Amino acid sequence: MHSTAQWRKNASSMTENSKASSWPTVAEGISSAAIEVDRLVKVYKQTRAVDGISFSLPRGSITGLLGGNGAGKTTTIAMIMGLVLPTSGRVRVLGHRMPEESAEVLGRMNFESPYVDMPMRLTVRQNLTIFGKLYAVRHLADRIAKLADDLDLNDFIDRANGKLSAGQKTRVALAKALINQPELLLLDEPTASLDPDTADWVRSHLERYRKDNNATILLASHNMLEVERLCDRVIIMKRGRVEDDDTPDAIMARYNRSTLEEVFLDVARGRVNGAKEGTR
Amino acid sequence: MSELALHRGISVQRIGAMILRYWYLLMSSWPRLLELLYWPALQIITWGFLQLYIAQNANFFARAGGTLIGAVILWDILFRGQLGFSISFLEEMWARNLGNLMMSPLRPIEFLLSLMAMSLIRLAIGVIPMTLLAIAFFHFNVYSLGLPLIAFFCNLIFTSWSVGIFVSGLVLRNGLGAESIVWTLMFGIMPLACVYYPVSVLPHWLQAIAWSLPPTYVFEGMRALLIENTFRTDLMLDALAINAGLLLASFGAFLALLRSARKHGSLLSGGE
Repeated sequence: MHSTAQWRKNASSMTENSKASSWPTVAEGISSAAIEVDRLVKVYKQTRAVDGISFSLPRGSITGLLGGNGAGKTTTIAMIMGLVLPTSGRVRVLGHRMPEESAEVLGRMNFESPYVDMPMRLTVRQNLTIFGKLYAVRHLADRIAKLADDLDLNDFIDRANGKLSAGQKTRVALAKALINQPELLLLDEPTASLDPDTADWVRSHLERYRKDNNATILLASHNMLEVERLCDRVIIMKRGRVEDDDTPDAIMARYNRSTLEEVFLDVARGRVNGAKEGTR
Repeated sequence: MSELALHRGISVQRIGAMILRYWYLLMSSWPRLLELLYWPALQIITWGFLQLYIAQNANFFARAGGTLIGAVILWDILFRGQLGFSISFLEEMWARNLGNLMMSPLRPIEFLLSLMAMSLIRLAIGVIPMTLLAIAFFHFNVYSLGLPLIAFFCNLIFTSWSVGIFVSGLVLRNGLGAESIVWTLMFGIMPLACVYYPVSVLPHWLQAIAWSLPPTYVFEGMRALLIENTFRTDLMLDALAINAGLLLASFGAFLALLRSARKHGSLLSGGE
């Protein structure tokens, strides 16, 4: 098992597409990897949405997937989940090929995404009950009660999902994502629509969840402070390719920037500074 | 691992969870419940009075009492069965919940089985009051058909599921832009299924096509029962055999369309 300190120590440099890396690679056949992505390509008609990316995420890690609109983050996550078939390349999740062996792993993972909603007319409790049954959660009533306490859902747990505020819906979606205590959690903008206080509280909850359950979390986010705070590792994507892959500190050092937001802007606007070039 | 291998180990609990999901939805929305009752009731009243009028003025229909009302009821089983299936599926598209389901351990076959169960529940809510209205207003008791009614029902519901599975696959692949197919495809079958008239009315070349549809056998069988008091077992067995083929073909088509949706990223969009 890799500790955060080990990852940071190991992560002196890392990129995809054959760049030198100290991260575990698919080729090394790391059996403990939660996610292994190998030369993954997705072409939609004329558009190359994902262009030959490879990475491997150790179990128990939190990784941020960064990139502008159209960078390929959502397509990458969708291929990891099995919702989208790759044009070429392969994905293994918790040791199983996706989507061929999805039945073996779908019960052990979960996700939250702005591309999906929970049924609006059903109450929060009804929704969680249904998803709990789909995931074969044992002692479901107790699990829902615990999630309601942890995520502060009790005030509206018997209210229809459609009548909740955006922030409340995000917390319910997170509760659904945690209903089966997943080993692997895929999050797309998990704190979007939340006020700063609630967003901070959700981040704390995610950190605690990872620590308590040794869960692996892959999150796509545009909130750079969130990524800096939560993630052991950051993968920056641009035009379907991995632009950089390292610890937040190492990436900021490489770009000679003090925040990930500045790095993000450099990458998005194609600015290459001397410090970055010098490291390559 | 083959596509079919993914459907091993069907879970009753997951199917039950999906039925519960649709049940909660029905119970939370009186307009949805009312819609289930409204159209069948309107149908039976309109066509029932028409039959009364014709029967008073035509010897054939006086003899063949009930064929029109019987056809209306059986057609509604076919049409409502498919709608009950497809609307439950559309609810997931409208709610943008399909991604949640596809990412859960729910398997396609379990999803389809839960939709079949819901089509039966929705059908019962809509058609049972309709049959009671037929008894009350027109003294036509469809239940008096006895065991043949079960054969008619099973064949019609199997066809409705086949059509429901196929159109759900189309919507899955093409998004809600294909929603209108759900409402209209069955009407395309109607003229060829010979709901209100015998197959012999059709030109010869169309008769061959009509006999490829299981509902044609059911409506012919119903007329034979009501007019000649003969239950045509041969027709029902033929319909059952075609239905078995249709169900398998529609399931195969659904899997192919699901795969195509995954290939083209339609499960992420789901819109038009």
